Amino acid sequence: MTILNSKIPAGPLAEKWSKHKASIKVVSPANKRKLDVIVVGTGLAGGSAAASLAELGYNVHAFCYQDSPRRAHSIAAQGGINAAKNYQNDNDSVYRLFYDTIKGGDYRAREANVYRLAEVSPNIIDQCVAQGVPFGREYGGTLANRSFGGVLVSRTFYARGQTGQQLLLGCYAAMNRQIAKGGVKMYNRHEMMDIVKIDGKARGIIARDMVTGEVKRFGAHAVVIASGGYGNVFFLSTNAMGCNGSASWVAYKRGAHFGNPCFVQIHPTCIPVHGDQQSKLTLMSESLRNDGRVWVPKKKEDAIKLQKGELHPNDIADADRDFYLERRYPSYGNLVPRDVASRAAKERCDEGFGVNNTGKAVFLDFKYAIDRLGIDVIKARYGNLFQMYEKITDVDPYKAPMMIYPAIHYSMGGTWVDYNLMTSVPGLYSIGEANFSDHGGNRLGASALMQGLADGYFVLPYTIGDYLADEIMTPKIDTNTPEFDAAEKEVTGRLEKLFNIKGKQPVDYFHKKLGQIMWDKVGMSRNEKGLKEAIAEIKAIREEFWKNVFIPGEMKNVNPELEKAGRVADFLELGELMARDALTRNESCGGHYREESVTEDGEAKRDDENFTFVSAWEYTGENQEPTLHKEELVFENVELTQRSYK
Amino acid sequence: MADITLKKIYVKVWRQNSPKDKGRFETYEVENVSQGSSFLEMMDILNDNLVREGKDPIAFDHDCREGICGMCSLYINGKAHGPDTEITTCQLHMRKFSEGETITIEPWRAGSFPVIKDLMVDRTAFEEILQSGGFVSVNTGGVPDGNTIPIGYEDSEEAMDAAACIGCGACVATCKNSSAMLFVAAKVSHLAKLPQGQVEAKRRARNMVAKMDELGFGGCTNTGACEAECPKAISISNIARLNREYLCAKIAE
Repeated sequence: MTILNSKIPAGPLAEKWSKHKASIKVVSPANKRKLDVIVVGTGLAGGSAAASLAELGYNVHAFCYQDSPRRAHSIAAQGGINAAKNYQNDNDSVYRLFYDTIKGGDYRAREANVYRLAEVSPNIIDQCVAQGVPFGREYGGTLANRSFGGVLVSRTFYARGQTGQQLLLGCYAAMNRQIAKGGVKMYNRHEMMDIVKIDGKARGIIARDMVTGEVKRFGAHAVVIASGGYGNVFFLSTNAMGCNGSASWVAYKRGAHFGNPCFVQIHPTCIPVHGDQQSKLTLMSESLRNDGRVWVPKKKEDAIKLQKGELHPNDIADADRDFYLERRYPSYGNLVPRDVASRAAKERCDEGFGVNNTGKAVFLDFKYAIDRLGIDVIKARYGNLFQMYEKITDVDPYKAPMMIYPAIHYSMGGTWVDYNLMTSVPGLYSIGEANFSDHGGNRLGASALMQGLADGYFVLPYTIGDYLADEIMTPKIDTNTPEFDAAEKEVTGRLEKLFNIKGKQPVDYFHKKLGQIMWDKVGMSRNEKGLKEAIAEIKAIREEFWKNVFIPGEMKNVNPELEKAGRVADFLELGELMARDALTRNESCGGHYREESVTEDGEAKRDDENFTFVSAWEYTGENQEPTLHKEELVFENVELTQRSYK
Repeated sequence: MADITLKKIYVKVWRQNSPKDKGRFETYEVENVSQGSSFLEMMDILNDNLVREGKDPIAFDHDCREGICGMCSLYINGKAHGPDTEITTCQLHMRKFSEGETITIEPWRAGSFPVIKDLMVDRTAFEEILQSGGFVSVNTGGVPDGNTIPIGYEDSEEAMDAAACIGCGACVATCKNSSAMLFVAAKVSHLAKLPQGQVEAKRRARNMVAKMDELGFGGCTNTGACEAECPKAISISNIARLNREYLCAKIAE
């Protein structure tokens, strides 16, 4: 049995990172040239890491499944990036950002990691500005900020509604510079299939060329997973179609523990599902809740008429509208954190007050803001979002309220890592959304971009040196070894097995079935009975999948069905682990809501006495029960309190 | 507001098994498509049908399905990203099509974007152009505070207008000359409008234009089709700025 060692440095919180940096090893420039590092994924975390490591002199080999690193799903982040700059003179500080993140995460993240995140956050903004990221500015030429949910200061930097795009293009440009110089060798349209371990250390990967179908070997002195989150286990989510959990899942199967798999974030403001032809969900930025009021009808008969299309929302009088967030949470109102807003919408819809034909939508109404501020102000603030909404739904949100519903958005859980961002496999690192480390049970808005870039620009380039300093005598990794032979054989064998099932159902049939179970039983609201059912049902789908999936086309050509099959096969295992983790954690905290753990007035109830730990799951073999390890969370600086937004 | 269902439509689509394959159009029937579905969801339905018939589904690029990653690249009824303005293919909805209609789908057609399979093309040429100079040469760390250099609101907004390019290639596919001028202009303009981009401005304009020419993209003859079809409404005035930047760079040589 492995013992979890988080390697959190001793000493006062504010000094941990600087003392740690001073004590870890550094590799000389002459030796960096001899070392290879593989980076899987080129979003904010992977892209910034690849560029920074190459600038330091390492030989970087970067992989992405898209046709260009610029397309990674970080690009879709809208709202902004947090940083403790205190440019607004509103008493923001590293400590305040640290505290907000710990509290927002419902006290299930490590103090030391989160403090470091807050500490490096100002450097991220400086770096991005230097790269030419066109952040929003004031007329005087200084950087502008906006406010985001769950905090009392204004610390969010933004580039219109395309902050993720601009930050990603920044690190993509830095990567391009290194690609031209030869520091980064880029492999587009390549999917990582396995991690190769030699003498217990990560020494390379097996990847499939998605154009030729060729399975290839790549050796390196260290491997970095930066492959994002696993929200697509739910089939419908705000993730891109290709987002998957396979790199993290392979890491898990090769010995990296999986941290808090049940912690996923459900975003309250997404465009509702339109029918069974839906392929993905579109997020409407959290910033809309600054000016939109959320409501459903007070009377059930009105809701029924809305569902049948017999009544227009504008014909419902104010007195007959239930502004349920303002009613339940008078002090935070429409700006309660994401998990709270999502559950409240679900509660109203479950009671029969949903407002669209499926009964699964609530209104987000700008009428009041337009009356108060004028249509021009609203246009200037949200014009691009309103346009996007209208293109998708054919409804003009200036004239009728938007319809919204919660959707899966982000995974706080992920590969377990120590303070150095190394997994439980030596030489294997995990950064960005792929790891579990900084957001606890719930992520605050505008913090995902911060974490991705913090890990890639300012944490990993230091901590990886501590490991690689002991590898300077290791020659270039030879891929003609029994370990690479075996891994490649296993990958090819699995692909052939999938391809040769020749059953009757397409991959999506299974993915949709899995997604439905996950949403119903491992989604916004969870209970013991449902979770146990989910575990059994997922097993049954998995068995059916391996007997009855059909993959057309050729192995050695472009084959999107084969790609999807591999990812869904992994989701069919990951989904079960999520259910297991949710079953074990009999408390409500952050995005994880257990119906057995609620206060008298129906709010989430955390159980600090029994659950102040990180769940780290260890793989024990196919169809074997995984082992749960617990990393106790120690809070030396903040006091644990029940979150209240009333 | 409920969307109606199209009982039957016909999809005439380019099929090409590999770069060397000659390629041909094939027509498929698709039934019961909700007008509330996106165009790519219609393609999903078609592919689901094909898979169930044991046939090879149509390969096409797509990822975020919210109009920002730039991966999707379909030429629909003779227009890049189809019959709507300021959106990508993935944001196009079936409301734009009617009962019984035949929809023609082709890949981007440009010599510098060879077809990989069916509707997928290889846009590596764009990568190479950006690698030739589409960046500010700063390493991680050691940069000044973000507020050290004030940047005027208008300059910053104009830089952002140009930086909004998603690199989809619609401009090239639309241009009768297969010119990449709007794409190159967007990157050059974005950095030309910011103080951080000044140091390398000349080298950038020179190298990116040279690379563009080397990769076989055509010249610009000011027809403006690129601007009309750009899903992010990148203005053709950026091309004027690129020409100026390039001229200054050449004069300084």
